[in-house]
Amino acid sequence: MNATNTVTVTASGERELVIARSFNAPRSLVWDAHTKPDLIRRWLLGPEGWTMPVCEVDLRVGGSYRYLWRNTKGHEMGMGGVYREIKAPERIVQTEKFDESWYPGEAVGTLVLTERGGVTHLKQTMLYESRDARDAVLRSPMESGLSVGYDRLDALLASMAR
Amino acid sequence: MLRSLAGGERNLSELARPFNMSFPAASKHVRMLERARLVRRRVVGRTHICRIEGRPLARANRWLEQYRRFWETNYRRLDVLLEELQPESQSTPRSRNQEPRKS
Repeated sequence: MNATNTVTVTASGERELVIARSFNAPRSLVWDAHTKPDLIRRWLLGPEGWTMPVCEVDLRVGGSYRYLWRNTKGHEMGMGGVYREIKAPERIVQTEKFDESWYPGEAVGTLVLTERGGVTHLKQTMLYESRDARDAVLRSPMESGLSVGYDRLDALLASMAR
Repeated sequence: MLRSLAGGERNLSELARPFNMSFPAASKHVRMLERARLVRRRVVGRTHICRIEGRPLARANRWLEQYRRFWETNYRRLDVLLEELQPESQSTPRSRNQEPRKS
């Protein structure tokens, strides 16, 4: 079952990216993992070598969130935004903007969680201000660690699973 | 036209036929696609053979794949975390192996 849980990313229309994946866990847990700082900072890290020293979440409409990542060389990357809609445990709409953004404007992310038979399906839609902004996100090396080899990833998972 | 070319090389009259286009009109259309670097044309005798130019499309796919891998890295970590958060009592007979996958 786990093997079928792979991410799909689709460019939709001119300004959207849609990220979809299933998780073998109840929706409430997937919700927690997206809204509780202690849990967020354990997985939303990007490539290996990054940690999240700052993770602040004010989970209410109009409340803001702030993430800051740091890598082993001391490079930092910050991002934050405001919650526009919150419907626990199924839907969040939030704005997002990086401190040193490489794409113009703000993006709006919509997270939708649905559960069926103990499996939670996640759909994250990112809406950018323009086609150029959307394409810039795709072009960005996402901090180049994307080349993180799967062997290294396996090692990481092994150490986490103990 | 692009859909037709996705199936392989086509000459100009083959490309024009479904649209009832004249040869010059089809040629003009192909020229636009050439400018957008989506199509390449070569001339063999009197035949203009066109094929799809894969590079820009391939590049777009590569970007998507990079971005996808970025999220896959995150979500595999999330899998491990979710597994850990599930109370043992609720874990109905495990249908999956908890061993991390080997590459």
